[in-house]
Amino acid sequence: MTVTPATQELRKESRLRSLADFYVTTMRTEIQTQFQYRAATYMYLLGMVAEPIIYLVVWSTIADSSGGEVNGLTAGDFAAYYIVWTLVRTMNIVFTPYGWEWRIRNGELSGQLLRPLHPIHYDVAQFAGGKIPWLFYYLPIAVILTLVFEPTFDVRPAEIAVFAIAIWGAYLIRTFNQTALGLVCFWTTRVGALFSLYIVLELLLSGRLVPLTLMPDWVQTLAWFLPFRWTFYFPIETLVGDLTNAELLAGLGMQLFWTLVGIAMFSLVWRFAIRRYTAVGN
Amino acid sequence: MTEAAVRVDGLLKVFDVPERDEGLKAATKSLVRRKTREVRAVDGISFEIAPGEIVGFLGPNGAGKTTTLKMLSGLLYVSGGEARVLGHVPSKRERDFLRRISLVMGNRNQLQWDLPALDSFELNRSIYQIPRPDFLALRDELIELLEVADLVRKPVRQLSLGERMKVEIVGSLLHRPQVLFLDEPTIGLDVTMQKRIREFIAQYRRRHGATVMLTSHYMADVEALCERVIVIHHGRILFDGDLAALAGTVAAWKTIAVVLENGAGDLSEYGEVIHRDGDLVTLRVAKSDTARVTARLLAEQEVLDLNVEDPPIEDVIELVFAREAVE
Repeated sequence: MTVTPATQELRKESRLRSLADFYVTTMRTEIQTQFQYRAATYMYLLGMVAEPIIYLVVWSTIADSSGGEVNGLTAGDFAAYYIVWTLVRTMNIVFTPYGWEWRIRNGELSGQLLRPLHPIHYDVAQFAGGKIPWLFYYLPIAVILTLVFEPTFDVRPAEIAVFAIAIWGAYLIRTFNQTALGLVCFWTTRVGALFSLYIVLELLLSGRLVPLTLMPDWVQTLAWFLPFRWTFYFPIETLVGDLTNAELLAGLGMQLFWTLVGIAMFSLVWRFAIRRYTAVGN
Repeated sequence: MTEAAVRVDGLLKVFDVPERDEGLKAATKSLVRRKTREVRAVDGISFEIAPGEIVGFLGPNGAGKTTTLKMLSGLLYVSGGEARVLGHVPSKRERDFLRRISLVMGNRNQLQWDLPALDSFELNRSIYQIPRPDFLALRDELIELLEVADLVRKPVRQLSLGERMKVEIVGSLLHRPQVLFLDEPTIGLDVTMQKRIREFIAQYRRRHGATVMLTSHYMADVEALCERVIVIHHGRILFDGDLAALAGTVAAWKTIAVVLENGAGDLSEYGEVIHRDGDLVTLRVAKSDTARVTARLLAEQEVLDLNVEDPPIEDVIELVFAREAVE
């Protein structure tokens, strides 16, 4: 059968439509699952808030005891930073390497490999779907944190628009990085140590632990050339910082770059990794 | 000539299995030098299955059945030889291939645990890109055939094993697979449920002309569904042919079940008494003696009922394995 360019175009279009259908259906299914366990989800979210509150209390105290600011950041700036931090953290939670370890060891991956769709689509769609109820759960937390810590915000519409894109960019970068890391399980079975190293680097170089402006210059320079900064600090900075339009666009460009690098890295590792799958556990 | 639905030629799967002795000393030693052993799970098997055929794949635990099914469904890369299913090389896992097959494993859950199965079916519709009218028609047909209308609205976690298995089967067939790999589909189910699933598989195959490859430890599954069986042991094929011929080829005896008018006396002079249940006595006799012993029983005893049968398939299979072990 001859496949004309027109036929190829039609197939591509139909494939994209089907993929969109799959994403919408999976996201909808995940929202239903989250609603099924709304109490557990809310408790998880509340637990997660502990991390930024600790950072916030520590830095606010330091700011107050240092004459009202640290490196130019006031207690209100710290409050704004960590309130947005909480939203960014909620949105950039992804399927972790531990998930890969578990699904390879117990054979759950087999069911996914039998589907005519790469498992990564399921992970991306499932976690993206989970964000929607989480966003609703986040709102009251944000209100309480705002009332208690009185953040300083000065936001332009362009910044809000870029933030809305940047949180998904952060989500994709983390997804592909952590998936590539998770695929190491095909060789090592366990990936905990490697993942811990990743998290340490992320804590230091992403702005997760401390706003990057508080880090030494060389760390800030190094962070600019690594993916971590674009998964925390950049999305937060779009709302909290004072970036020009050019800087906002450059940030999105860097997110696109690191997403593509992540996809390339993950695709390359996948090609070799999947040959090692032994489908044990069932 | 019709192309085989499944064609396997010299298929080989070798696993490197790490192994060590017990204890801390051995564990420490393995830090420096890890010992592995090469296990040939599937050792150069060849067979073909025609479109629409249903074949039983038999063997003891660890024989290589599931490994073969996993290679044929594209989960495992082959170590050697060749496999083709519907003209595709399974390990390439092409979309067109995966849309036309299904692997059902009795102990695996593919449904969303927390949601009613109907939601998982909907997810499958989007994964397999099934046009909605076709999806609804087949979904309802399968639900009716398996009588699960009242189950598909409950969260999957609240279903019993048997109920979940039926619902799993519906989910696995929604894309109307042309080749069906069934690995122990009735494992752990009660007799009634086993029978229901057996009937369903036969019906599905008849309606949709599907090719089916089935493994099961329940010989009733195999006897009810398969005319042809492939017996595998230690990764090699020991027998490939008609189920009826297997007994004829391997077992040199038949069984005679007899009920006598005056109760069961001593019948050991006619053959080996292998079972006695009230008035029913089962004798094992050499195949060549069957006609003569039957005639003698009828002439010399007051026979109420008499049946000559091939030995139970379980015994035959056991014999095949025992013979292989000796060789």
